[in-house]
Amino acid sequence: MNSSLLDVRHASYSYPPDAWQLHDVSFELGAGQILGIIGPNGAGKSTLLKIAAGILPCAGAQIRLAGQDLHCLSRRRVAQTLGYLPQNVSSIFDYSVQQVVAMGRFAHLAGAGFLSPQDNGIIEECLEQTETAAYRHRPLSHLSGGERQRVLLASVLAQQPRLLLLDEPTTGLDLHHQVAFFSLLARLASQELAVAVVTHDLNLAGAYCDRLLLLSAGRRVTEGSVEAVIASDVLGPVYRESVHIGRHPLTDKPIVLPAPPGRSEHA
Amino acid sequence: MPEPLTRKRYMFFLLLYVGCALVVLGMAPLVGSESISLARIGADLRQPAENWTVDTQIFVYQRVPRVVLGLLVGGSLALVGAVLQVILRNALAAPYTLGITGGASVGAVLAIYVSAFAFQLGPFHSVQLFALAGAGAALVLIYAIARRPEGLAVNTLLLAGVTVHILCGAVILLISYLTSPHLLKAMNQWLMGGLAVVGYQQLASLLPLLLPGLGVLLLQMASLNHLSLGHEMALGHGVDVSAVQGRCFFGAALATAAVVSLAGPIGFVGLLTPHAVRRLSGLDHRLVLPGSFLAGGAFLVVCDTLARTLLAPTEMPVGVITATLGGPFFIYLLLKRS
Repeated sequence: MNSSLLDVRHASYSYPPDAWQLHDVSFELGAGQILGIIGPNGAGKSTLLKIAAGILPCAGAQIRLAGQDLHCLSRRRVAQTLGYLPQNVSSIFDYSVQQVVAMGRFAHLAGAGFLSPQDNGIIEECLEQTETAAYRHRPLSHLSGGERQRVLLASVLAQQPRLLLLDEPTTGLDLHHQVAFFSLLARLASQELAVAVVTHDLNLAGAYCDRLLLLSAGRRVTEGSVEAVIASDVLGPVYRESVHIGRHPLTDKPIVLPAPPGRSEHA
Repeated sequence: MPEPLTRKRYMFFLLLYVGCALVVLGMAPLVGSESISLARIGADLRQPAENWTVDTQIFVYQRVPRVVLGLLVGGSLALVGAVLQVILRNALAAPYTLGITGGASVGAVLAIYVSAFAFQLGPFHSVQLFALAGAGAALVLIYAIARRPEGLAVNTLLLAGVTVHILCGAVILLISYLTSPHLLKAMNQWLMGGLAVVGYQQLASLLPLLLPGLGVLLLQMASLNHLSLGHEMALGHGVDVSAVQGRCFFGAALATAAVVSLAGPIGFVGLLTPHAVRRLSGLDHRLVLPGSFLAGGAFLVVCDTLARTLLAPTEMPVGVITATLGGPFFIYLLLKRS
């Protein structure tokens, strides 16, 4: 794919002194696509995302961001194209929503980093887009989990990236907020943003992602369409047969249900 | 202050801090056990120095350099504290957390212990040089422990700094135990910290380490807000985290070594001034850093003025005043917020 915004080749990593390793995983991502990175605990999803974002140094990996070698770009240049939302964000000081979102403009600002009217317009847009404008003056510590995740996403969107890498952004959110978050990702993708999202929620991944990359124990199992990956013969061995694949009554997309021990399709 | 920092608000608070510092700097040299007439100083300054009255000589050669030293020491400790609280992600971090002060104290106490070999090298007294050497040794040790291929390991840096500080405390106790009562008094005086020993030469001796240290720290101020959100979020926003952490470590170490080598360890200013500034003018470190420098400097000058006048002609340890004045003020700020 020549038009890929992100091309990750041969991503490998090991966490010494543990034996756990990520083995030679590659993927690419184009504008307007949502890639779901799925797999059980310890599969290497977050590690892969961190390598792709240049957060975790990986000497052997070749990562091209909008056609350029990511390792040759400054962090500021990377942040102008790539937005990364980590799994856990904790602030030692209780900044307000508006301040956190404004921090997203850092890569575009020079000198002391004061905001121009144009920057303020972008921040306003991101607050509206993530439906966080109503509590812009509230400190982070006064927000619920769902509000907080949307604020952090707004901060990443304020970078005006062409590519979003999100690490389990809906963990801990209720069903309504999970659906709202993924709906927002779908809207962003329709505006030509590329999105890679690590998630444990296979049904949300199936409902909103264009493609899925399945990892297990640090290895790539498969990558393909939702229909190809959300299948009992693919997920069964990875999730130790504890899944049952059905069909969503409204969308007819494949859905995953937990299977009681000994009752799975493969058992 | 929930809005992002605007240029207008930045200038307002900066000028407010500068104004407060200037008022303190202007008034402090006039206060002391000897009352000084401004009119007489004004008249004297138009004459050659040989004809100056005692008032003017005290003002120019003792009080002004002491007040300037107070500003530099208090300001530097507060600025270093503000930076370390962010890069170590610990609200209790202070200049002493790095262990540099411990190293400097061991050096100074050692120099006093072997006072038979006391010497003066240019503007540096042997105690100051030994303190600098001790600070340097602590810096190298802590850096070697916390260094990783991808940058500094922040938690290790914090633990190594605290450990070195405790170890240095043990060495100081041992030396104190072995020394004579006469030298013990000199050691205790140094360890209590203070601004008593000063002249323009000594003031100038601070600058080669202090100015680069403070300059490096001030240049990082736009990145520090992002580090408050954590290493990964800061990287995501476009901050070169390991470079910023490294520069902050060396800048903090240089500034701390410079001021502690001359003024000894003065507590409280570096720990609580940054928090007070954050409460007064917001959490943006583009303002917290210069605000801490000016507020910390002014605060130490006020404390030193009280220390040298309250029980005049005896001087009190300035650390007693910093804690007695600053503690209740900080508790007031905490209560006001809650």
